[in-house]
Amino acid sequence: MGNHNHTHNFSQQFEFAGKAKSWSLIAIVIGVIAIAYGFLLDPHEEHAQRTFANLLLMGYYFTCVCAAGAFFLALQFVAQAGWSAGLLRVPQAFARVLPIAAVVLVVIVAAGLLTHNLYEQWHPSHHEGAEGEHGITGSKATFLSVPFFLVRQVVFLGIYSIFAVLLARFSSNEDTEGGLSNYNKSFKYSAIFLVIFGFTTPIWSFDTIMSLEAHWFSTMFGWYNFAAMWVSGLCAITLTVILLKKSGYLSWVNQNHLHDLGKFIFAFSIFWTYVWFAQFLLIWYANMPEETVYFYKRWEPSYKPWFWLNIVINFLSPVLILMTRDAKRQTAVLTFVCILLLCGHWLDYYMMIMPGTMEEHHTFGITEIGIALGFAGLFAYLMLTRLAERPLVAKNHPFLEESLHHHI
Amino acid sequence: MSNTKYILGHFEDPDDMMHGIEKLQENNVKIYDVYTPMPIHGIEDKLGYKRSRLPIAAFCFGITGTLVGFSMIYYMLVYDWPMNIGGKPPFAMPDFVPICFELTILFASYGMMFTFFYANHFFPGRAPRVMDLRATNDRFIIAIDAQANPYPDKINSLLNEAGAIEILHNERKYVSYE
Repeated sequence: MGNHNHTHNFSQQFEFAGKAKSWSLIAIVIGVIAIAYGFLLDPHEEHAQRTFANLLLMGYYFTCVCAAGAFFLALQFVAQAGWSAGLLRVPQAFARVLPIAAVVLVVIVAAGLLTHNLYEQWHPSHHEGAEGEHGITGSKATFLSVPFFLVRQVVFLGIYSIFAVLLARFSSNEDTEGGLSNYNKSFKYSAIFLVIFGFTTPIWSFDTIMSLEAHWFSTMFGWYNFAAMWVSGLCAITLTVILLKKSGYLSWVNQNHLHDLGKFIFAFSIFWTYVWFAQFLLIWYANMPEETVYFYKRWEPSYKPWFWLNIVINFLSPVLILMTRDAKRQTAVLTFVCILLLCGHWLDYYMMIMPGTMEEHHTFGITEIGIALGFAGLFAYLMLTRLAERPLVAKNHPFLEESLHHHI
Repeated sequence: MSNTKYILGHFEDPDDMMHGIEKLQENNVKIYDVYTPMPIHGIEDKLGYKRSRLPIAAFCFGITGTLVGFSMIYYMLVYDWPMNIGGKPPFAMPDFVPICFELTILFASYGMMFTFFYANHFFPGRAPRVMDLRATNDRFIIAIDAQANPYPDKINSLLNEAGAIEILHNERKYVSYE
């Protein structure tokens, strides 16, 4: 097990061309067409609201996956993990898309709010004169005032973006400078980032998603959203690694690394269910009308099948499929579970957003599919462009040698 | 035929020991077991060990825990003494989940622990069975069944070639009883 007895090409760079590029561009075009259709042609009676709800869903999903990339990086640095050193460029590419995702989300949120298509339940001008019956009063009204709300969005997403870009920059400086100084800086900034991220993501999800149903509240909601973000981010990272390997890149990443990513997905799917159920059980048990309204809406006949499907996809299938060691080490099984869970968390976000916006008028059709495809294409295009800019491995990462010999 | 039961090759360096394993395997000497003071990556594959079946035991114990939890609550709250708690029906499934979950964990963890103890002969008051005490300290030891491989000179020379610093011919399997 001597040093440098490997045959990997560490200057290898991803070439973003061919099918990957054309398909992601086609998906973006489909998305643009779907948005135009949603606003202009859709016969649905609340077509603008429907389009905005879908834009919020995918904008939030997109931002969450990118933020999960930054969180993955920070977590590996703070844990001083060695196993992941060889695949860190993938979450780095995710993190470097975060500023763009943040801008997209802020634009969607602001436009939806100001055109009264989103956050109707607390937007003050909507309830003029009706305060007390429908309006939000007291300290909640202060918290959910338009300027404070938008400032919070910008500040939170701005901070996450700055840290994401910094962590990626340290790693690229490390490639040219070598030494430990960039690693030490990454460690320090990661620790600061994790503290900020941990305290602000719940508030961020309260703002972006929970305030769609502003009269309802749950303190578990932030962790529930964090779990969804982390699982979907891990699935996206794993899927990207698998697809890169299939195209002949990342020769230094092997079954052992994928096994670890599979364990992450398995464990955090259970964590997602744990948090989901913790929220459900307490509301169900206490049976207070102002809390049960959330699940009452989701128990209506038009949502009930999706409510159950959400649990089947996001809990039962990863638990049963990924339980054995062999399943986590088989690329085909892992690919299937990653795609299933990425769809599953779309459904999870759908179940969070639609009952509060579209209520019983929700549907599933061209707008939903088109916008989802459009954002998937946008993410793939931006992320793969970023990935192609740098070598696929941080060659001066101090734990790279450990990652090459990772064996479990 | 000698009274030697086991031949133990002592190594100071894990790489030498791995080399020794290769040498013995090349010469069709069956290795009984290998004892090391620290875990060595890849040694299970080299010795051709099957994967531990402990996860299967854990799964069975876990399922048992779930069923025990479920039937216990069902008997208590639904069959034996139905009670009105907060207006919920007696057979209120969400209530069952935390208890079934906890009992699954309890049964799986204790079950795994006792299975492990049973498989390794760990009981209170039982002297541990150790073939050479220095394997827990600073020596990497290959044990060879001398009765099954009745050519001690060849084994000695193979171990010496691989860099063994000490070779013991033990007439007893375990030294730790003494």
